[in-house]
Amino acid sequence: MNVPASWYLILAAVLFGIGAFGLLTRRSALIMFMCIELMLNAVNLTFVTFARTLSDIGGQATVFFVMVVAAAEVTVGLGIVVAVFRRRSSTSVDELSELKG
Amino acid sequence: MTTVPVVSSSITIPSIHYLAILPVIILLGASVVLVFATALVRTKVTQFVASSVTVAASVAVLVVTYFQWRCLDSSGPSTTIAHAIVLDGFSVVATGVVAVSLLMATLVAHDWALRERIVGAEYQILALAASAGAVLMTQANDLVVIFLGLEILSLGLYVLVAFDRHRHTSAEAALKYFLLGGFASAIFIYGAALVYGATGSTNLSTMSYFLASNVLTHPGLLYAGFALLIVGFSFKIAAVPFHLWSPDVYEGAPTPVTGFMASIVKVGAFAAFVRVLISALGTQIDTWRPILWVLVVLTTVVGASVALLQRNAKRMLAYSSINHAGFILLGIWAGTTRGVASTLFYIVTYAPTVVATFAVVTLVGGLGDENHSIGGYRGLARRQPWLGASMCVLLLSQLGAPLTSGFYAKYSVLASTIDVGGSPLALIALLSAAIAACFYLRWSSALYSDEPVEATRIVVPLSTGIVIGVGVAMTLVFGIWPGPLVTLCQHATLLFTP
Repeated sequence: MNVPASWYLILAAVLFGIGAFGLLTRRSALIMFMCIELMLNAVNLTFVTFARTLSDIGGQATVFFVMVVAAAEVTVGLGIVVAVFRRRSSTSVDELSELKG
Repeated sequence: MTTVPVVSSSITIPSIHYLAILPVIILLGASVVLVFATALVRTKVTQFVASSVTVAASVAVLVVTYFQWRCLDSSGPSTTIAHAIVLDGFSVVATGVVAVSLLMATLVAHDWALRERIVGAEYQILALAASAGAVLMTQANDLVVIFLGLEILSLGLYVLVAFDRHRHTSAEAALKYFLLGGFASAIFIYGAALVYGATGSTNLSTMSYFLASNVLTHPGLLYAGFALLIVGFSFKIAAVPFHLWSPDVYEGAPTPVTGFMASIVKVGAFAAFVRVLISALGTQIDTWRPILWVLVVLTTVVGASVALLQRNAKRMLAYSSINHAGFILLGIWAGTTRGVASTLFYIVTYAPTVVATFAVVTLVGGLGDENHSIGGYRGLARRQPWLGASMCVLLLSQLGAPLTSGFYAKYSVLASTIDVGGSPLALIALLSAAIAACFYLRWSSALYSDEPVEATRIVVPLSTGIVIGVGVAMTLVFGIWPGPLVTLCQHATLLFTP
């Protein structure tokens, strides 16, 4: 079966959109965090698809960089979430209201 | 099943010009040394040792930039590591600015750490790593390398913002910064992916060559890509409407970190922004200019007007830095060599000024880093003439008063804008500067108010005092005598690899 590359790109765009939408609407820091990961993985799918259509190895190599960055973000992000949780016993960003913004 | 053919027995690795990447090696190396020292030494690494290592590393980077400059003068700009890293005048000057900012911010943070009784070398480790990220951004010639630099810079800063464990706001600010920063990075790298799909490369030089020699029949992908890149950068430089995180993070972060962040993020992000827009997408200037036009107008006007309403010194400085980001964008909007040179000049003069300003704010903040209302500055210059006068000069420089470096910086970006027919834009920016003048002047006059205020005398520790002095001196010297620095920036821009 021949799957056109555009399908993958559309899937990636949809995943990215879901991630962005979730990040803007959900109120739990952990879910927002997962949304960022979803967006990064949508980017990976885009890179791999383009790498295949362009027959260029560079795009596939980039995916590894993005994965490493995502992993590093997880460690730092969870650290910060834990630091906040210890003080407040909640990860909802609505309760973070000391800084008005 | 097919068998994998053995192609060759050796692997060719790209050649590496070590002088070009030496600043990054030094900064990351110093960071790793401190990590190991913390882990292996039985006693706690003292603030003094950690700060000394950091200061030594930043001085070493400054020395390296001198040699890089000499190398440039003799052999011209070059790229290395498969064209991913570039050594040109622009990157060398920007690297120097990062090193100066790191040096000054470390000295301020040293006294702050002693005051707040913070033990351990974590601050310095993270600051060194973040600076390495900023340097990498100034040298990057590939969207992926820019992304890596951006992440190294940001990940260090997320933790630094959360550094003050005694205040609730610190962790809260870090969480906000992290979520929005992560969002911005994801948008940036998605933009990079789309541009890669449209041009077939993430390398800026290849991209520029491709766009110059081909006409895209379906430019939609490219446009979507670079729109996302611009949004990603706008988040990082806090351009309106992507600025909402900035006042909260500036207020919540420990004050020395705020100063450090305000300077090196601006340097790194603007250097990379210039490279992406001017050298990679220079052929598309007619498409990205309108986007930047809107960004400049919103950023300068909103930054200046909202700052008027602030009562907290750090929030006010956050909006002031948003206003400055708008001015720096003007130089990029112009898109000419002169525009880039004026952007570089603005960054070079703004970074030390802002670090020194936050050094004063750190001192006034007092133990616990809590006292940040503008009221706390009433009569400061009457009680402590030197400290008050320094703050006054630094504020006037940010305002753009004549005889300070801020004046020539604002003048040169505005002049380069008018050069390319952007008079309306220059006028709007100038009006925003007039609005901004209100709060800078209000703050400066508060310094000299003679109402009696109950206040304790602020002790100025030696190294913070040196930083404030150096910041004021640079502001005045480059303000009264900008010639050599202007020549340097123009020369640096001429050595800019397209």
